[in-house]
Amino acid sequence: MSETVDVSKGLPAHPERATLEGKNKFVGFWVFLSGEVTMFATFFGTYLGLRNGTAGGPEAADLFHMPLVFIMTMILLTSSLTSVIAITAMKKNQFKKMKLWMWITFFLGVAFLGFEIYEFVEYVHYGLGFSTSAFASSFYSLVGLHGAHVVFGLGWVLLLLIRYNRAGITLTNAPKFYMFSLYWHFIDVVWVFIFTVVYLMGIGGG
Amino acid sequence: MVREAAHTLKKSLLWDLLTTVDHKKIAILYLIAGTLFFGKAGLMAILIRIQLMIPENTFVTGQTYNELLSMHGTIMLFLAATPLLFAFMNYFIPLQIGARDVAFPFLNALGFWFFFFGGILLSLSWFFGGAPDAGWTAYVPLSSRDYAGIGLDFYVLGLQISGFGTLISGINFIVTMITMRAPGMTLLRMPLFCWTSFITSMLIVFGFTPLAAGLALLMLDRMFDGQFFLAAAGGNAVIWPHIFWIFGHPEVYILVLPAFGMISEIIPVFSKKRLFGYTAMVFATIVIGFLGFMVWVHHMFTLNLGPITNSIFAILTMLIGVPTGIKIFNWLFTIWGGKLRFTTAMLCASSFVPTFVLGGVTGIMLAMSPVTHLYHDTYFVVAHFHYIILGGIVLGLLGATYYWYPKMFGHCLNETLGKWMFWIFYIGFHLTFFIQHILGLIGMPRRVNVYLADQGWDGMNLISSIGAFMQGVAIILLLINVIYSAKKRPNHPVDDPWDGRALEWATHTPVPEYNFAQVPQVRSLDPLFYEKIHGDGKMKPTEPLGDIHMPNGSFLPFMIALGSFIAGFGLIMKHMDAWINPYIVVVLGLLVMFGSMAVRSWKEDHGYHITKENVEAMEREALADERNR
Repeated sequence: MSETVDVSKGLPAHPERATLEGKNKFVGFWVFLSGEVTMFATFFGTYLGLRNGTAGGPEAADLFHMPLVFIMTMILLTSSLTSVIAITAMKKNQFKKMKLWMWITFFLGVAFLGFEIYEFVEYVHYGLGFSTSAFASSFYSLVGLHGAHVVFGLGWVLLLLIRYNRAGITLTNAPKFYMFSLYWHFIDVVWVFIFTVVYLMGIGGG
Repeated sequence: MVREAAHTLKKSLLWDLLTTVDHKKIAILYLIAGTLFFGKAGLMAILIRIQLMIPENTFVTGQTYNELLSMHGTIMLFLAATPLLFAFMNYFIPLQIGARDVAFPFLNALGFWFFFFGGILLSLSWFFGGAPDAGWTAYVPLSSRDYAGIGLDFYVLGLQISGFGTLISGINFIVTMITMRAPGMTLLRMPLFCWTSFITSMLIVFGFTPLAAGLALLMLDRMFDGQFFLAAAGGNAVIWPHIFWIFGHPEVYILVLPAFGMISEIIPVFSKKRLFGYTAMVFATIVIGFLGFMVWVHHMFTLNLGPITNSIFAILTMLIGVPTGIKIFNWLFTIWGGKLRFTTAMLCASSFVPTFVLGGVTGIMLAMSPVTHLYHDTYFVVAHFHYIILGGIVLGLLGATYYWYPKMFGHCLNETLGKWMFWIFYIGFHLTFFIQHILGLIGMPRRVNVYLADQGWDGMNLISSIGAFMQGVAIILLLINVIYSAKKRPNHPVDDPWDGRALEWATHTPVPEYNFAQVPQVRSLDPLFYEKIHGDGKMKPTEPLGDIHMPNGSFLPFMIALGSFIAGFGLIMKHMDAWINPYIVVVLGLLVMFGSMAVRSWKEDHGYHITKENVEAMEREALADERNR
């Protein structure tokens, strides 16, 4: 019901939830993310249960290469920061600035994805196929699920950036960009857990 | 069924159903689809009971029997009970909270089509090499790639898709009840059906996501040679039951809580009393939802997880008896001293109470982990959960059908036929399942297709089968009633046949597309009844009559779900001798699915307005109908 909000004197303070539709999306997306948490938790639980089931194949400590993972973590954390800057700009109705920081977020995401693909290819060369062991299956499915979320997020923000390239910030697209940034933070938080549970515990023996 | 504005009338019926985003029409779609699946799974139950009617029967083979029992359970829970409950939730949550629609009408349609195509995919298994045969629980390694055929692939992908639809609808209901309530409808004035649906939706959000994860793991295991559940490569078969029951136990509450809500709507109306202990009921619902997630191991007592684990879960399970007991007593106290009218709806609702207590008592017995080794995998368990599911959920659904039918279709169901149905069903139900307690206690295992004569089981199995046939007759009577009542319906629809209390009875019948011409002001719990006593029996409006904003219909939900169906079928084709590379089909399906999503995101759809004049004309028409009665 965007027509009930008066935008003649500029955007309201929270353009992402000024309309009922925006507010619905805002609440709904949080509920959706809480469901996502349980889904990832299940994958984490499976990984924790199976990470020692290497069946004679490569083990975590042999594989993980911390500098690479550190770079990936930094890239993803930075991309979360840039999406915050973009949303702050959105709330101030600075469309160009928001667009710029969203594009930076996008390219950081692409860089992260590139490193992840490189990482997986390396592991496969090292002898860790998806079917090698229970450890391999659970590792690839947990980290791969996160990667699939990154891919979906990148497609999403790309579509939004192209669609609204010249549109300016409106009460219709503000919720969309805002939801994307929520999603992106969520992906980032999941990665922090992956970094701890998969990589740090994998190397430290935990 | 729905009074439509001119805009919608231009569409053909089929195109309207395929594109509708109206919560009332989606509810009817759920009702029809759910009834069809219910009929199918019910027929399977009859076949199972025919096979078990006499010892050493050869009516169906062991393999067919396994497929029948697996599909019976799977369909009943995922594709019959869930959509039937969703039908009523979809129709009546917006009406009861005084809203014009759900929060996300588009997602509402999407949820239905995901459920529908998931169900179709699962059902296709019969035509492609056999249905799933590992029980509805699909325990590994029985369901692994080494032991189970292609049926399990249909199980994994069909449930994945339909589960996604359920999840979407759950999120939708939660948001609807948080943001769309009419002015004055505080959380503690929401009808209990809304409250239980709210908690159910929360359970869906936290329960169906682990299921999605578990099904994904099983799919990876079966189709891409994953090693999650196979011990040879370091996997662990016990992970599956954990994940399954972390979903599976809340699933029971997902289904039974809305039924509790229906009972809590019906009993006050036919006792002409406010629901006793409303706040305690809300509290008990929340506690049940919370505890529902902490008891899953009681399905796994015999998996040897250790005495400490088993004791903790046994105690938590027994704790659920407390909030459930609160509910039982509140229903009894609502009936106590009321001005009772025993319509069919009330018969179902009031007989629900003792039946559910029987199921609850055996539940407490099963919760005692030391004794459970005695009952485990016997007919005692079968009897227990059928008392909960049939005696709880189905009686609730039948009651709700008789209670809400006039609002949905404009005329009541015939009461005489209804009472015949009720008594035949009720007697048949107890004949079928009460005796199974005893069968279980004297040692008859569940999931067997034959048994030898002269073990003392013959007569009881025969009685059980006769009861099952009676239930079948009762359901046929319900269908006859639907046709009979439609033929005999009065010329003018009824608005409020039962002297109702909640807001849905304040709308016109047929319910206009926009539900309420003016959003009502809620002044109390049981708002309509409050106005009947303290006002003039009409809800006070909170806004002047004006243009009403409505969402546009869309074909995209159908397309998105169709895409997922094609992709899912493509994956299953990996295990067929397909003439086309399965991955081509998968990619095609994903393109349709994500392409339709992108179209949805790209095209801004602001909906349309029903003009004030149009609304006034529709309201006049409805009032004229009322005067003619």
